Amino acid sequence: MTAERSLSAVLNVNDEERAVHLKPTDTLLFVLREKLGLSGAKPGCLNGDCGACTVNIDGLAMKSCLMLAVESLNKKITTIEGLKGTPIQQAFVEHFAFQCGYCTPGFIMNCHAMLNTVPDANDDTIAEWLNSNICRCTGYQEIEGAVRSIVKKNQMNRKRP
Amino acid sequence: MDYIGKSVIRQEAWDKVSGKAKYTADDSSPGILHAKLVVSPYAHARIKSIKTEKASHVFGVRAVLAGERFPLTGEEIRDRPPLATERVRYHGEAVALVVADTPHLAKKAADLIEIEYEPLPVVNNPTEALKKDAPLVHEQLGTYQKEERVYPVPGTNIANQTKIRKGNMEKGWAESEVTVEEYFSFSPSDHAAMETRCSMCEIRSNGDVVITSSSQAPFMIKRLIHEYFEVDIGKVIVETPFVGGGYGGKASIQLELLAYLACKAAGGRKVKLLNSREEDILTSPVHIGLDARVRLGSTEEGEIKAAELLFLFDGGAYSDKAADLSKAAAADCTGPYDIDNVWCNSLCMYTNHPYAAPFRGFSHSELLFAIERTMDSLAEKLGMDRLLLRYKNAIKPGDTTPTQVPLNKSNVGNLPACIRRLKEIIDWDEGVAKDIGNNKIRAKGVSCIWKTSTIESDAGSGVILTFNPDGSINLMSGIIEIGTGTKTVLAQILAERMKMEISQIHVQMEVNTQSTPEHWKTVASRGTFLAGRAVLEAAEDVIRQLKNIASCVLRAKASDLTVAFGKVFLRDDPSIGIDVKDIAYGYTFPNGNAIGGQIIGRGHYNLRHLTHMNKETGAGKPGPEWSVGAQAVEVEFDKRDLTYRIIRAVSVVDIGTVLNEMAAKGQVMGAMSMGLSFGSRETFKFDEFGRVMNSQLRTYRPIRYSEHPDYVVDFVVTPQVDAAYGARGAGEHGILGMPAALGNALSIAAGVKLNELPLTPELIWRVKKKEGFSDAFI
Repeated sequence: MTAERSLSAVLNVNDEERAVHLKPTDTLLFVLREKLGLSGAKPGCLNGDCGACTVNIDGLAMKSCLMLAVESLNKKITTIEGLKGTPIQQAFVEHFAFQCGYCTPGFIMNCHAMLNTVPDANDDTIAEWLNSNICRCTGYQEIEGAVRSIVKKNQMNRKRP
Repeated sequence: MDYIGKSVIRQEAWDKVSGKAKYTADDSSPGILHAKLVVSPYAHARIKSIKTEKASHVFGVRAVLAGERFPLTGEEIRDRPPLATERVRYHGEAVALVVADTPHLAKKAADLIEIEYEPLPVVNNPTEALKKDAPLVHEQLGTYQKEERVYPVPGTNIANQTKIRKGNMEKGWAESEVTVEEYFSFSPSDHAAMETRCSMCEIRSNGDVVITSSSQAPFMIKRLIHEYFEVDIGKVIVETPFVGGGYGGKASIQLELLAYLACKAAGGRKVKLLNSREEDILTSPVHIGLDARVRLGSTEEGEIKAAELLFLFDGGAYSDKAADLSKAAAADCTGPYDIDNVWCNSLCMYTNHPYAAPFRGFSHSELLFAIERTMDSLAEKLGMDRLLLRYKNAIKPGDTTPTQVPLNKSNVGNLPACIRRLKEIIDWDEGVAKDIGNNKIRAKGVSCIWKTSTIESDAGSGVILTFNPDGSINLMSGIIEIGTGTKTVLAQILAERMKMEISQIHVQMEVNTQSTPEHWKTVASRGTFLAGRAVLEAAEDVIRQLKNIASCVLRAKASDLTVAFGKVFLRDDPSIGIDVKDIAYGYTFPNGNAIGGQIIGRGHYNLRHLTHMNKETGAGKPGPEWSVGAQAVEVEFDKRDLTYRIIRAVSVVDIGTVLNEMAAKGQVMGAMSMGLSFGSRETFKFDEFGRVMNSQLRTYRPIRYSEHPDYVVDFVVTPQVDAAYGARGAGEHGILGMPAALGNALSIAAGVKLNELPLTPELIWRVKKKEGFSDAFI
């Protein structure tokens, strides 16, 4: 019995071209963590229930445990390591919107995609997006505060002439 | 400087929002081997044969472990084989283990191990376990090694029993004009930390055993690897980076033992053992279940005269910490009430269920569900206001606990003040239930809480401070950053005492048992108390050293000097002084002579004056202080389909001085969320064979974003005199009364007694159906 055959590929991760050997059956989460050293996306359930592995693919939130790495070829992958001092990260810090921090990268990537897609999301839209992720430490109220603070800023910016 | 009470941002905040915070499983350096478990599909069965040949021939397999007898393990009673050999006692129990080059290959090989079982009759709940003709989970119970103060009953399924005998029950019942009796039951459930447990082990060529683990108790891992496997204790080194949620579940030592055995079998190479979610729920220890009977007696005026309690904890297949959980429940069995006559038997029962770990609140949210539901029954029977009944009987300084500890103004918080404050916040006087039309009812339920921490009587914590050349300080404590923010609070305590900028304090987040001073376990809301005192002692130590060096330089007595604002100066003339940075590494005189050296401070704190509980009466002092609080839950209930929404949840807790307001509120709110989730939806669904039918997060479903109610957290401040700046524990208290308050609210709304958990619409329907509820319209 031998190991499964690998193929060479180039992934666009956080605006960098990264060469990687991967197997057709490797999930994106596995390749990010084990092959590219990007351990910000977390394994929590490996079947899409918890959202801790959420990344952005072409700007949309995607659970990287449910996606094969080969499916991300020719797409723009953004992981938590690709966000540098964004307003949503700042808001999470200021609102104490995390405790153990394990679900945090997934939550932030989901919020980030939502805020880019629906900058003035109302409460129902926020709930629809954020129901994909589980946080076991906070009461979610802190996360709500962080997200709403950015939505509010976006709305104010838009109203300005 | 004024850091006490300030919402100082966590020291590790930016690491956690940028993906840089490292957890155990994040280490994927090349060459690590991966272990995979094979677990039992049966809750109780004899293992007839195990065939591993096919597995060992899989490409990349480095070791296969099965059928080998290892020393029995367990913290109170040594009843648990790390890998089952003759018999499996719960669904999900680890039976075999494969080590291979990649996780995929390990899984592939694990799937090829053939195990033949012969099913045995199962013990499917603790009440069944107590029956005379129940199958025995441990026939050898009498032969196991055990700790001195745990009392199993060989020939039965009783793993431990704790008795409380206070006052005179005959007198209590004689004085009682009204009595109530209620029965309660709920199954085990899970911690469901987002990080599944992970352990890595490497044995170095000099014999050092290096374990990295997502644990709340690295120092206990060190001790137990030494005790179980006879490795010199100094040769066991345990490292713990950030932990992705613990809630008690990572205070048990389980996966570490398997990682060690796997590593040994693989010739000492570094092995990683990462739980899948299913293994984390099934195989690793869980949240305890309970069957309980509560009888209360009171005068017609509502003065409670007698309490009789029977707790049958579902400890599962192995006793481990469950034995201790059942004891802790006995110690605080009455809830926060002053009752003179108390009889309690708290039994830890063996069943064929996954075994229990500590769970946030350490058996208190469980016992309080039983007590606080019965308090509501009593209030109803008396025709008395539910909060007034609680207020009348509230425990106060001058009263004694069930274990007969006299309470004073320091060792118990102010419960009456919490109740008064709660009453205002929830507009209690407007009534407990309101029909809001459209077949909907809004109802409020309340509960009171208390807890002490029955941890080891000699539990302690150490702190080391080292200076950097710029006068900043490194703070090393054995506390694990499991999410509670305790290490930031320690920095606040140090900054406050040293009167220095908090930005000049660098907290080491990782723990390494070789270089970090020991903190017993990061559990029981005791981190800030123990480590906080240790920080203060270490601060005194460095202040003394700074003054000694400065006294030579400034030619003044050390006792004339003050340390503050980054300087050491003359108390009566601050213009004469020296910067801390100029003496933090000693001082060099102009002619080259040097004195002192890097300043290294140390501090330690041990619990004091705790005593063991008496075997026959329970009398003893099991914990240092009792935190108290009052809580409420408001629901909107649909009378037709029996569904409900949790609208609002309120906690008023006396956690003493609040050291970091937003962090403390976050702790309380998070605990409330966990309590509501446990109360409303979390449980293992067992089939008749004792198998857990819901071991994934889609079938075991914690509360999600859109389901969160409005949270209100308020504090009453009764400082604990001997704690750092008067702070009491805060990590657990939010959870304690949530299931009970929810049960009380829903019982009012639905008009039936709801004494089981979780409080699903289906449960409400089943109970109402018994009382003739018609669901014909559905």
